[in-house]
Amino acid sequence: MPAAESYPEELRYNQEHDWARIEGDEATLGITWWAQDSLGDLVHFEPPEDGADVTKGSSYGEVESVKAVSDLISPVSGTVLEVNAKVVAEPETVNEDPYGEGWLVRIRLADDSGADDLLDAAAYKAFVAEQ
Amino acid sequence: MQTLLRTPLYERHVALGARMVPFAGWEMPVQYEGVIPEHRAVREDCGVFDVSHMGRFEFEGPQVPAALQRLLSNDIDKVDVGGAQYTLLTNETGGIIDDLIVYRVEGGRFFLIVNAGNREADFEWIEERGHAGTDLRDKSDEFALLAVQGPRSIERLGLDDAPPFTFAMGEVAGIEVMVNRTGYTGEKGVELMVMAEDAVALWDAVVERGATPCGLGARDTLRLEVCYPLHGNDIGPDTDAISAGLGWVCALDTEFTGVEELRRIKEEGPERKLVAFVMQEPGIPRQGMAIAEGGEVTSGSHSPMLDRGIGMGYVAAEHTEPGTTLTIDVRGKPRRAETVKKPIYTKEA
Repeated sequence: MPAAESYPEELRYNQEHDWARIEGDEATLGITWWAQDSLGDLVHFEPPEDGADVTKGSSYGEVESVKAVSDLISPVSGTVLEVNAKVVAEPETVNEDPYGEGWLVRIRLADDSGADDLLDAAAYKAFVAEQ
Repeated sequence: MQTLLRTPLYERHVALGARMVPFAGWEMPVQYEGVIPEHRAVREDCGVFDVSHMGRFEFEGPQVPAALQRLLSNDIDKVDVGGAQYTLLTNETGGIIDDLIVYRVEGGRFFLIVNAGNREADFEWIEERGHAGTDLRDKSDEFALLAVQGPRSIERLGLDDAPPFTFAMGEVAGIEVMVNRTGYTGEKGVELMVMAEDAVALWDAVVERGATPCGLGARDTLRLEVCYPLHGNDIGPDTDAISAGLGWVCALDTEFTGVEELRRIKEEGPERKLVAFVMQEPGIPRQGMAIAEGGEVTSGSHSPMLDRGIGMGYVAAEHTEPGTTLTIDVRGKPRRAETVKKPIYTKEA
């Protein structure tokens, strides 16, 4: 079942349709409802390696639907702690639950993670409305 | 600024929530609910596609059979009235201007159904060769075309079974249609040609009978699983039929444009061939990706039935044996694939 459109208040967003859930010095990353809806049913997640450095504004992996491939643009900088193996095995999990079971990676935040200038839910929703 | 053409079913697609995309100058549905469920509907039950963007020519006159024999690769004499044939419009170098289906309506009257993107080029090519005693008309705008495909398609439409590559006039829900036993999915099914003004009523009746609306996305994955070539991807004016594995639609004992070149390629053996492959590692092959053993991917996607990446591409003749390992450059990452015998997907017996 595809998820209903939503943009949780507790998350932070970038304009490339990626979200970050920031908890202390760690963050969980994923793609937004809008991103998964635009792509359609996901069939492949190309994850970064454990321990890889991810840089705010740069690609840390790819997600693919039948028709399209999309770079994952990290909203923050840090080091990969864990890749969501469930999404690697069952990429459609992202369509079903983009903010829950469909998270993509967990990272340890760098000192200058760039988390401060991300969009809040209201700002991201306004951005999506213009797309 | 280019104005996109719309089929008579445009409003229906929008009302069904389809995602509309530009395709060969037309604004067409790429998907409704999603490529994967639409693909599965066709493999397991029945789906309906609006393929009204395709070109439809009527070619009539006493000299038409002789003209078609000169223009097309296959042997037109093998097509009886009520019969259809897959064939190629070839150029002087044996390249493929288009792949199409001819339908013989009467002894000297034929319908040609051609690719949307080649409609004008095909028409000009045929016209320029000016065949006395023939009359070529582009009837595309007068008709709509619905492909109804899947194991339950005939039953859902209330039609009788008939052999593939035949056609007859018939009725669906009281609407007069030309029922063509042809398709592009590898499944049993029909393509219904209907007067443009009846298209909406026919679409509604077919959907009412349980056909799942399907977009161009599923059409592409379905045809790729059964290795039907897509003109513009896998075949084109610079690729020849022998290398593309389409020697079976070339009657090399007849005289048609480019036949000498095709005879030579067949005799010498093609340097490269269009092969089908299945990914053995994660990653989805896409058109234009390099194959390390030499060659490139011409079509690639995710196979909903195999749940992995599949594709076709040209490789040197020595790499074409089924079971040969190929290495696909998936955006800088080498990923292993294995060549397979076509088609990639066959229904379990």
